[in-house]
Amino acid sequence: MGRKILLENSDIPNIKSFDVFRAHGGYVSVEKALKTMAPDEIIEEVKKSGLRGRGGAAFPTGLKWTFLDRKSNKPRYLVCNGDESEPGTFKDRYLMEKLPHLLIEGMICSSFALGVNTAYIYIRGEFKYLLGILNQAINEAYKNGFLGKNILGTNFSLDMYVHPGAGAYICGEETALLESLEGKRGNPRIKPPFPAVVGLYDCPTVVNNVETLANVGYIVNFGGDAYASIGLGKSTGTKLISACGKINNPGVYEIELGMSVEDFIYKEEFCGGIKDNLELKAVVPGGSSVPIVPKKIILFTASGEKRLMTYESLAEGGFESGTMLGSGGFIVYDQNACIVRNTWNFSRFYHHESCGQCSPCREGTGWMEKILWRIEHGFGNMKDIDLLVSIADKIEGNTICPLGDAAAWPVASAIRHFREDFIFHVQYPEIIKNIKHGALYKYENQD
Amino acid sequence: MLKLTIDHQTIEVAEGTTILQAARKIGGSVVPPAMCWYSKLEGSGGKCRTCLVKVSEGSAKDPRPLPKLVASCRTPVIDGMVVQNKTSPEVLEARKAIVEFLLINHPLDCPVCDQAGECDLQDLSYDNGKVSCRYQESRREFDVIDIGNLIKLHMNRCILCYRCVYVADQISGKRIHGILYRGDVSEISTYIKNSIDHNFSGNVIDVCPVGALTDKTFRFKNRVWFLKPMTAHRDCPTCSGKVIAWMRGSEIYRITGRKDEFGEVEEFICNECRFEKKNINDWIVEGPTTLKRHSVISQNHYKEIKTPSVINPLEEKMETQTNDE
Repeated sequence: MGRKILLENSDIPNIKSFDVFRAHGGYVSVEKALKTMAPDEIIEEVKKSGLRGRGGAAFPTGLKWTFLDRKSNKPRYLVCNGDESEPGTFKDRYLMEKLPHLLIEGMICSSFALGVNTAYIYIRGEFKYLLGILNQAINEAYKNGFLGKNILGTNFSLDMYVHPGAGAYICGEETALLESLEGKRGNPRIKPPFPAVVGLYDCPTVVNNVETLANVGYIVNFGGDAYASIGLGKSTGTKLISACGKINNPGVYEIELGMSVEDFIYKEEFCGGIKDNLELKAVVPGGSSVPIVPKKIILFTASGEKRLMTYESLAEGGFESGTMLGSGGFIVYDQNACIVRNTWNFSRFYHHESCGQCSPCREGTGWMEKILWRIEHGFGNMKDIDLLVSIADKIEGNTICPLGDAAAWPVASAIRHFREDFIFHVQYPEIIKNIKHGALYKYENQD
Repeated sequence: MLKLTIDHQTIEVAEGTTILQAARKIGGSVVPPAMCWYSKLEGSGGKCRTCLVKVSEGSAKDPRPLPKLVASCRTPVIDGMVVQNKTSPEVLEARKAIVEFLLINHPLDCPVCDQAGECDLQDLSYDNGKVSCRYQESRREFDVIDIGNLIKLHMNRCILCYRCVYVADQISGKRIHGILYRGDVSEISTYIKNSIDHNFSGNVIDVCPVGALTDKTFRFKNRVWFLKPMTAHRDCPTCSGKVIAWMRGSEIYRITGRKDEFGEVEEFICNECRFEKKNINDWIVEGPTTLKRHSVISQNHYKEIKTPSVINPLEEKMETQTNDE
């Protein structure tokens, strides 16, 4: 336990610069891939590694790569999805900020495997400070012959660009990202056709998360089997978890998949327990869009086993008694947390970020937010709780892109597991109105 | 040819046909309603979600059902597909939900709306909606604005189907009309409120499924069910000149494009025909039009009513609703 793949060198001073990164074994995988391996071999290794998409959907990366349309004579593109906007998730920006060359290295190997000559890194608009870091890293890679024409004297050429979005959550959805990259309004496309066939500029395109691509370098270096030996079962490798909320040590941790959730929350080298020795109330283990679950469910599965930090274990029991690992945004709530307020806050976010293209999401997210606002502010009634469940149920699965599901799940799960909180809000509006939250609470209790 | 079964009816269609197009070939009750998809507009569809259907068998090779309901307007047929539309309770439930979603921000000002009587949203909610409303929040509100001197935009009524955007994009060839903002506050607009300055811009009125875009030369002049739709044509230098003239006595109140049984314009007409030629002498009137759409307007004798689909279902529904509650 405790092996690291991505963040092993992150503490070395100036690892951002090409020379330091190269001195610590950087870009070795590019040399290995380009000089000794065939593109198909790399894809085979990635398949063997069992690497799964780290952006949230956990689709096997090797399988995704095989869907890429190679028969058409169109150019192919690789797009790195750095539009990390999920509330609670902040792993990709850490990776790009600390180790930009690790991403570029992984992208060169991936591009070679996929036969791509143009690769894009799409970062969200709020990550403007990363633009300079990434551009500098790319320039250094160009100068040292790892990007550009005939890399390392081979026939392989690759150009790489960084493109900042304008700050919309929906542009993290792969087809909306492609629209945005093309300079259009960031509306998700209707699938099929999938980006692997008709993607960027109508050409075959692979879209992968930052963390996924950063893992490719290791897989090329040490082989897919070495990567698969880390982790547990189908959840291979390591995962960056961005832990936040009421814990003693918030931050980004690289964990080996298979560790128990209890260890992750209470061990000193990870979250370090709940702040002020309070009781754990609830956890959102994978960014705001995955279902929120109470203590007894996050620590133990329905069959009474310890819950592990793997895709399968967290999802065990479906949504009745499970949740998802998602993108790894681990949010912890202590006993004083107001689940209704939290749900309203998430709902407000999805209402604000819905693109407005398809009707269930456009109208439903706004409706849910308004009802949750009423309940939270003491104007709710009992019917509203069931109405919320009904709306969430009707948004889920009926939308173009997963944003509708992402908006529905937190609401449905909060009511499923914390219905008494909602009932309390409806029954005692006067008490609710007098509770001060967040900054206001601190301000009033200063002396 | 690909074999497709919709609601137990089988049809063979060519490669690339969508489920909705195939269903329209069969016709009748198997056709899912469509609020945003328009066969003449490339890229439209998939947005309103009213045409969701259940694919109970994915294909002949892989007969597993698809996990989610799919938008039939944008899902191509695969050989051996089995689709459920009206026979699936799940689909009907989802459609009911979509109608509810579309109506929560719709002002329901039908009594003063020019579209009333020929409104797709009215038809949709009569067929699939509920009588009661669970929405008690405030509705979104916009000012009524002019798009050019011929078209009025009631953004409150808009269901954001994007049809007008595609018309403006594809007919004019330059991007002058689009969507501003996002989510439930998004609104259709011309580029920095410029008027749509194009000879075919009036077609956005015809494609609008609701009363969001209305003809300023016809606004509040008459209710559509008092007018007699007459097939007419003229020798127009810019368009086909094939229109429907909406008349009362010998007076022409408005001109629209000819619509097929699914409410889609057959041929787009130019602004001159639509807005300027309101004199009976400009037109060669061929005779009364047979309207195939089921709407309030078809209560008069201009449609042979095959199934009494307008009055009776609503009454039945109202009875069942009151019984439920």
